[in-house]
Amino acid sequence: MRKSLFMILSSIILIVGGQAAFSGGHSVTLDDVKARGNLLCGVSTGAPGFATVDDSGKDVGFDVDYCRALAAAIFGDPMAVKFVGLTSAVRFTALAAGEVDILARNTTWTYSRDTDLKQTFLGVNYYDGQGFMVKKDLGVNSTLELDGATVCIQVGTTTELNLADYFKENGMSYEPVPTADNAESQQQYLAGACDTYTTDASALHGTRVNLENPDDHLVLPEIISKEPLGPLVRHGDDNWADIGRWVLNALIIAEEKGITQANIDSWKDTKDAEIHRLLGTGDDDILAMVGLPKNAMYNAIKAGGNYGEIFENNLGATSGINIERGVNASWTKGGILYSPPFR
Amino acid sequence: MSKIAFVQKNKIPPSPAPISEVGFIGWLKQNLFSSWFNTLLTLISIYFIFIILRDFIPWAWGGHWNTKSLRECLDLNPDVACFSVLTARWKQLLFGLYPAEEYWRPTVTFIFLILSMIPILFPKYFKFFWFSVIYPGLAIWLLWGGSIWGVGIVYIGLSLGIFTFILLLKLVSKNTVLAGIGALIFLIVFFMFFSNYLVNFLNIILPIALPPVESLKMGGFTLSLIVGITGIVASFPIGILLALGRQSNLPIIKMICVGFIEFIRGVPLITLLFVASVLLNYFLPPGTNFDIVLRVIIMVTFFSAAYMAEVIRGGLAGLPLGQHEASASLGLTYWQSQRLVIMPQALKISIPGIVNTFIGLFKDTTLVSIISLRDPVGLASTIRADQTWNGIYWELYVAIGLMFFIFCFGMSQYSQYLERKLKTDK
Repeated sequence: MRKSLFMILSSIILIVGGQAAFSGGHSVTLDDVKARGNLLCGVSTGAPGFATVDDSGKDVGFDVDYCRALAAAIFGDPMAVKFVGLTSAVRFTALAAGEVDILARNTTWTYSRDTDLKQTFLGVNYYDGQGFMVKKDLGVNSTLELDGATVCIQVGTTTELNLADYFKENGMSYEPVPTADNAESQQQYLAGACDTYTTDASALHGTRVNLENPDDHLVLPEIISKEPLGPLVRHGDDNWADIGRWVLNALIIAEEKGITQANIDSWKDTKDAEIHRLLGTGDDDILAMVGLPKNAMYNAIKAGGNYGEIFENNLGATSGINIERGVNASWTKGGILYSPPFR
Repeated sequence: MSKIAFVQKNKIPPSPAPISEVGFIGWLKQNLFSSWFNTLLTLISIYFIFIILRDFIPWAWGGHWNTKSLRECLDLNPDVACFSVLTARWKQLLFGLYPAEEYWRPTVTFIFLILSMIPILFPKYFKFFWFSVIYPGLAIWLLWGGSIWGVGIVYIGLSLGIFTFILLLKLVSKNTVLAGIGALIFLIVFFMFFSNYLVNFLNIILPIALPPVESLKMGGFTLSLIVGITGIVASFPIGILLALGRQSNLPIIKMICVGFIEFIRGVPLITLLFVASVLLNYFLPPGTNFDIVLRVIIMVTFFSAAYMAEVIRGGLAGLPLGQHEASASLGLTYWQSQRLVIMPQALKISIPGIVNTFIGLFKDTTLVSIISLRDPVGLASTIRADQTWNGIYWELYVAIGLMFFIFCFGMSQYSQYLERKLKTDK
């Protein structure tokens, strides 16, 4: 009796284990997403250029467009995505608890978030960094001239620590004016409570454009910290991470190759084999490896354009925020954006 | 012998009070300039009111309403308000991300809310109380959509349950506890086995449905009102029960109530909201989709109920023990004496505290912005994240503050009306 029970148990374990081993080739999250019929994408409740809603209530932004590309890759429909606005306080738990499939919420990739919080960063979609804004009539052109300045700084953020480190490193002193958030920093700065205010450079640019006289203010060229922002998923579903990573890479490769939303259909006769693999116009269907349709990346690029177009529309000149490409340019144009080859 | 030189023969008519003592001037003198200290305070206050209004009125009065962006406002005249953000976004501030073609639904829900409150707030119209009873279901259906029978079945089930209760009481046993248990068993069986079939059947013969709207889309004042009003309505009866339980002689009930009240009061609301938004998902089986708005409402209700219980306990403590003894000596049971003697008096004493808790609860709903719900305050930061309006603060917060003021002031006025009306001792 006991022996047969053991047999039954062990065969159950074998069968279940065997299935688990076989299922290694496809993604559980992808199955869930497909069954649900839409992607749940965690974005910021409001980060200028990255995610917000426009006057008509439509989700827009740099992170939003990435999720639309991912949805287009999976479903062929960039609208098959639901955006879940998340504050920084709840973003990681929302991802861990499965409330969202992917988090694209201008989140800085750090060691502890990657390891301790058990998340997988899919790459960097924006290299941000901490910058300083000053009034032009202060006559300062570099952060190194800020010795003795009063600085408006958001308390309890990494920017506060970066600031202390940077000034200490360069043997300078400063007087902090603590604020609660970017809004307060800006008010204090405009009221003259501080000589300069510091936060992520992307936010500084967005703020500056909408000041009363933008030309009276200057975002100093130095970036004092590394803030690589990128989308992330939970640990434990590598195939799902691969899908997200390669959609991002596809957008970057598309810009590198000059494939745009407008001209994407004109590459059928190109001699570049990588483009054929990317757009699914060639013979081999390498996207089947991750469980996506052959034309998935075609759809992803078609959704909102390549990386450069998404950048222009949400952060660049078209958006009104006017952030320069800088390090976020493709490696072929002097930036550090570099995707592994698509083969 | 003294000689009286003059005797007044006629009665002198009373002369009017000096102009400095009556009318507007008299009021001023009495209330604002009665002593040198009060005069000083008045002058200082006038000065401060003046400097605030001097800046505020030109800023608000000359405000732009029809520009396309903050940039355009600043280019026209940077010294006045840019209310264009309200022109562009007032619908979002009221309805959140609710689909535009369905805006009528929250609007109708709000109008019905006022109608359903009239029978409760003004006893004259108590005969329309039935509407207040069906309102919660109606509101849920209107706001979230879907088939009407989804909520309708709850009403049908509960009506049948009450019917069973009365039937059992009439036919089987006079014991209310037994009849109650019978009705409860009926309800469990009904909702476990029959309600689904009935809903399907009703959907076929009478398909009434609205397009569903998910909680993610709820926001703005609609969300504040959903959370605030539901919290207020639900926390009141729970608060009464907790207050009674805390004074109960039954040790287990007393322990549970004291434990609940002290635990909830000992924890900040924001912590409970984090539990609702973040922790609950870990405890629930994976795949369960427990609506976030519902989770928040439950937590807000718990929080407010604990405070309510203590406010009402204060009212109970204010009653002389003789009231309990007198009602007991009249032969009233526990519940009868609570309903007829104790509660009407205790609640009357507690009105200011109760309304205080309600107003606090309503304003506390803005905390949900921290757990990512788009209430008006959360929406303000979303709106600012649009480059068109990036950098706009005062206009949004003035508008949101005004809306909250209207609701809170209304509640406070009603409570004063109620106090005057219930005043029996002079």
